[in-house]
Order: sequence, then structure tokens, then C-alpha cells
Amino acid sequence: MKSPRLQLNVGPVLYHWPRQDLLGFYAAVADSPADRVTLGETVCARRRELRLDDWLALGRELAAAGKQVVLAAQTLVETEADLRLIERQGEQHDFAVEAGDASALQLLAGRVPLVLGPHLNLYSRAALAEHADLGATRWVAAVELPLDAVALINPVADPVRSPRGEAIETEVWAFGRLPLAFSARCFTARHHHLPKDDCGFRCLADPDGLLLSSTEAEPFLVLNGTQTQSARVHSLLADAAALRAAGVHSLRLSPCAQGFEAVLADFEAVFNQDQPALGRAEAWAALGVPAPLANGYAHRLAGMAWAGR
Amino acid sequence: MSEPPAPTAPDLVCPAGSLRALQAAVDAGADAVYLGLKDATNARNFAGLNFDDAQVREGVAYAHSRGAQVLMALNTYADARDDTPWRRAVDRAAALGTDALIVADSAVMAHCRDHHPQLRLHLSVQASATSHAAIEFYRQRYGIQRAVLPRVLTLQQVGQVIRHTQVDIEVFGFGSLCVMVEGRCALSSYVTGQAPNGAGVCSPASAVRWQEGPDGVEARLGGVLIDRYGPDEPRGYPTLCKGRFEVGGTRDYAIEEPTSLNTLALLPELMRLGVKAIKIEGRQRSAAYVQQVTTVWRQAIDQAAAQPGRYAVRPDWTAMLARHAEGQQHTLGAYDRPWR
Repeated sequence: MKSPRLQLNVGPVLYHWPRQDLLGFYAAVADSPADRVTLGETVCARRRELRLDDWLALGRELAAAGKQVVLAAQTLVETEADLRLIERQGEQHDFAVEAGDASALQLLAGRVPLVLGPHLNLYSRAALAEHADLGATRWVAAVELPLDAVALINPVADPVRSPRGEAIETEVWAFGRLPLAFSARCFTARHHHLPKDDCGFRCLADPDGLLLSSTEAEPFLVLNGTQTQSARVHSLLADAAALRAAGVHSLRLSPCAQGFEAVLADFEAVFNQDQPALGRAEAWAALGVPAPLANGYAHRLAGMAWAGR
Repeated sequence: MSEPPAPTAPDLVCPAGSLRALQAAVDAGADAVYLGLKDATNARNFAGLNFDDAQVREGVAYAHSRGAQVLMALNTYADARDDTPWRRAVDRAAALGTDALIVADSAVMAHCRDHHPQLRLHLSVQASATSHAAIEFYRQRYGIQRAVLPRVLTLQQVGQVIRHTQVDIEVFGFGSLCVMVEGRCALSSYVTGQAPNGAGVCSPASAVRWQEGPDGVEARLGGVLIDRYGPDEPRGYPTLCKGRFEVGGTRDYAIEEPTSLNTLALLPELMRLGVKAIKIEGRQRSAAYVQQVTTVWRQAIDQAAAQPGRYAVRPDWTAMLARHAEGQQHTLGAYDRPWR
């Protein structure tokens, strides 16, 4: 039997890219094999290369190109302005919204279809079931969760269902530097000795984040404004069988500044065209994709580990 | 000029990692103590720390006979493979007569709502509720009566939350500082496989290695060099966000310097905003720490409540708290953002 298509979802761009770069990136995504695109600024409320209306216009263009579009809400919600932006995301009727925290659940449930985002801390089946009546069609597993836990939380044979009986789909973080922590403090501004409110948007210079290395020069983390990411790129390209066994419907591919089209093409080939994974990821570095790779979280190891075959 | 009406004194909520610490806190004037069980169901899952059932029972009896409350921290996320320890911990808390549960996981809250509706629930800082809308989500669905705010909000934001919620608000007053939003930090599991949300630990001691190297003493976590100390430099525990790293050719504390939170100076302002409880961090600290820090904060709260207009931080309070501060430095944390 042919396995069902694994949906490829281009996650929100987590970095601060100039407007033209964002538009160019999404023009390429429109022509890519991606099934879904999740749009919006999730990291820092001060970044406004695109405003909500721009995102909505972009979303309509991507929808016209055949992509399923979801708007992403901010992850760390602190101010009344942050709450108002979520309210406005609930006032449109074209797209579902991916909740970044409980504020979005509170403000949007029943108003727009929801995706349960990766930072909602759903670590057990009972927790996912608690969110099934909010109008959610899909949940994105926390990056820390191993695939064996994903399989237990939402098994293929007995998925968590909404009150109307619809099975909730599972999405897993399959490519990209991992968002590991959030702070009110901007570490990029701190590095440049600038106050957060007058930061000069120095993060525009770091299209894949600002590398933080250990004292012995081991790449360790990446500073992305208020978000701290892994320096290693999480990739489950070589874990197709484990992902299918875990009942995953959708793969989140998190954008990087260079080589992302090749990454998308490789995931499409391996997951949806039965092509071998061997050798593909090795070619990414030459295209400017950050390295090295890690997949430890998927295999119940430290996230920075690599579980080889 | 007459004094403005005295604001209500907030509850002083103190840490208890052991029965001795619990008794020290109660004797020193804590209104409530918080404790956890000896397993991964709470965010201070350290060897030699925490309570078994008999100790909880004894602690509850001790506190209640002296007018203090006992809160149980059940603030990690239930494991997908087996959530029995979390459900059982709720049942045990109810049976042992604790006054409230401090919870983060909606699965745990649902179990409380469905099986122990009389149990009072406090939303843990680990639930990462940073807005009144997020707090309202948990109030409507699970009936939480108090929320502990993450240590990332400014005073103005704390006030904003309080004005828009009917849930009592608790804030951190003193102790080790998390620069990341609690409940939203996977740095430790990235390096060691274990982090606060699932395992109740951060930068666990089992993953720490100290090594004498040619360039100094090295502190490693999960193999990653977190810091290297010269012969004259004071050494700290290698909590990974507090290490020295290299960014853009500069080696420094790139994320957070080892400092402690101390909000004694802000106490009248916190009370004016309507903060209902002040939490002291440190279930992993000694009974002596608990006794001394509780004593200082009891005096400060009593003075601020009696004469808010004349409140001033006493030098002996500052000196006493400084003895217990990590890195021997105090900051007001995010409440007063010097970096904003």
C-alpha cells in the first residue's frame, strides 16, 4: 500500500529578514512542493518589516498558489499591544491561526480554526485532549518530545478527536535550528550593548541568527533576539520510517537564509517520492545551510546528539 | 501629611526542600510554605530534597498548628508514557491536607477539576502565563485562584495583569533568577536530555564535569564547556545560561550573569499594585537560608504594611540577603529593566 502524503509545512521565518528578502523567499515557496505555509512574526513585536495586512496579502497569494496558509501568533505575549494583535488575527476569516501561548487560546477559540503551536507544552495525551474542544485541527509537538512520546500522545489507531469527531493531526519539527528558550530580554541587543527599545534592529544583520560558541570554539547556541536557538540544525530527513510509525501527518521545516529550496526538495523526494535520503543532507552545507545536524530529541537523547543508523 | 491607607500585606510564601526548612520558614514568619514530593512531579527534583507522605503530613500539622499554609508544587508536565505519578500526586496532596496545589500542566489541572474540585489551584510560573488573557484561560477552564507570574514582566506589566484579572497574583521576591520564561526553556534538555518541564531539573549535577585544564578549571555540562575559571576567579555552578561564551569574537556572559533577584526595594510598589503574595525561591537551599531570608522578608512586609510612607530597606536586611545571593550580586530583575 502506498503511504499517504506527508504534508510539508514551511514554518514561520524566525529571523528578522528585510521585507524584500521575505517576499523573495515566499515567492520561491509558492513554486515549491510545500503543502502548507505558516506565516507571521512570532519572536519580536518590534520587528515590522511586514505588518498584519502584508502577511494577509501574502497569505492570499500563497493560497492562490495552492498552499494551505496558517497565521502564527506571537510566542511570548507581554503587552496590551501583543494581545490586540492576536485579536486582529482573530478578526480575519481566511486563515487558521497557530496559537503561540494560552493568550491566543483564550482570545481565539471558537472564532477561527486553531493550530496548537509547539510552545503550548502539550506533553501527554490527556493534555492534548484538554485542547481538543478549542477548534484545533492540528498540534505541533514540542521540540523536546521524542517520537515515541508523539506516538503515545496521538496514536494513528486512536487519535485525539474534537467534540465533532474530527481527528487532530500531528506535526513534528523536522528541519531547522530549534527554538529552545524565550526571554523578555533581547540577547542580540545585549551583545551590541544596546537597549531593547532602541536596538537599531541589529538582528537584521543575522539572517540565521548570531552564533554563540563555547570558550573552546564549539558552536553551541544561536541568539535570535529574544529567542535562543540551537546552533545545530535539527533534521529528521533520515528518520522517515520512525516518523511514519509515530503517526505524523505533517513536517515542520523551519526556514534558513540559504539553501532552503534544496531542503524542501529533498524532504519531498524522501518522504513523498520514495527516494533514498543517503547523501542529500551532506550536500546542504555547500549551499549555505547551517551545520552540523542533530536529531537527538526525536530519539529520546539530548537534543544536540546525533543518533546515527 | 497623613499616611495613605495601609495596603494589605501580601502573603510571604517560602521554600521548603526539607522538614527542617519548613519548620524554619514557619518559625520565621512565613504565611505559607511550598514543597514538592520526592519525584519528577515538581521542578526541584534533586537528590536528597523534598518530601515523602509522612513528612508532608508532619509538615502540614506543624504549619497548620502555627497558622501557616502548605502549598504543594506539582509543576512539571506529566510524562506521555505514564502520567500515574502526577495523578497520584494530586490524590496524595488532597489526602494529606495541603492547602493548595501549584500546577502547570493542563492534564494535571483537568484531573484536579474532575476528581478533587475542592482543591485550591495556583497556576505555577512553569505554565508561562504572561498575560491576563492567558490567566483567564486557566481560570475559566480549571478554576485557578492564584497565578505566579514569570520573572520576565516589568512592574508596569505586572500592574496591567492585576488590573485585568480576578485571579490573585503572586510574584517572585528573592532568589535565583531565570532569564528565560519559565516553562519555555529547553536549553538543559538540549545539552543533557533533562529539563525542567519533563524532569524537574535544569543543568543536572549528574551531567556536570569539573576538569583541571592547562588554561584553568573547566566546568562542563553534557560535554559542553560552560565556563573556564582562572586561578583567582570565583567558581559558580555551571547552569548553562550563566556560562561565559563567545559571540562575535567577544567572550562574556552572553546570556545572563550569575545574579540573584532581590525586590526588597520595590516592596511598597508591589503592594500598591495589588500583589497578593510574594514568593521566595530556593527549595534547593539550606534551612539556614530559609530561616534568614524569611526573617528579613517578614520584617520588610510588616514594616511596609504598617508604614508604607516610611518604608526603607534596612542595611542589615541587605547585608543578610547578600550573604545568600548567587554571584554576590543583586538585581531587580525584569521588574526594573535597566536593559530596556
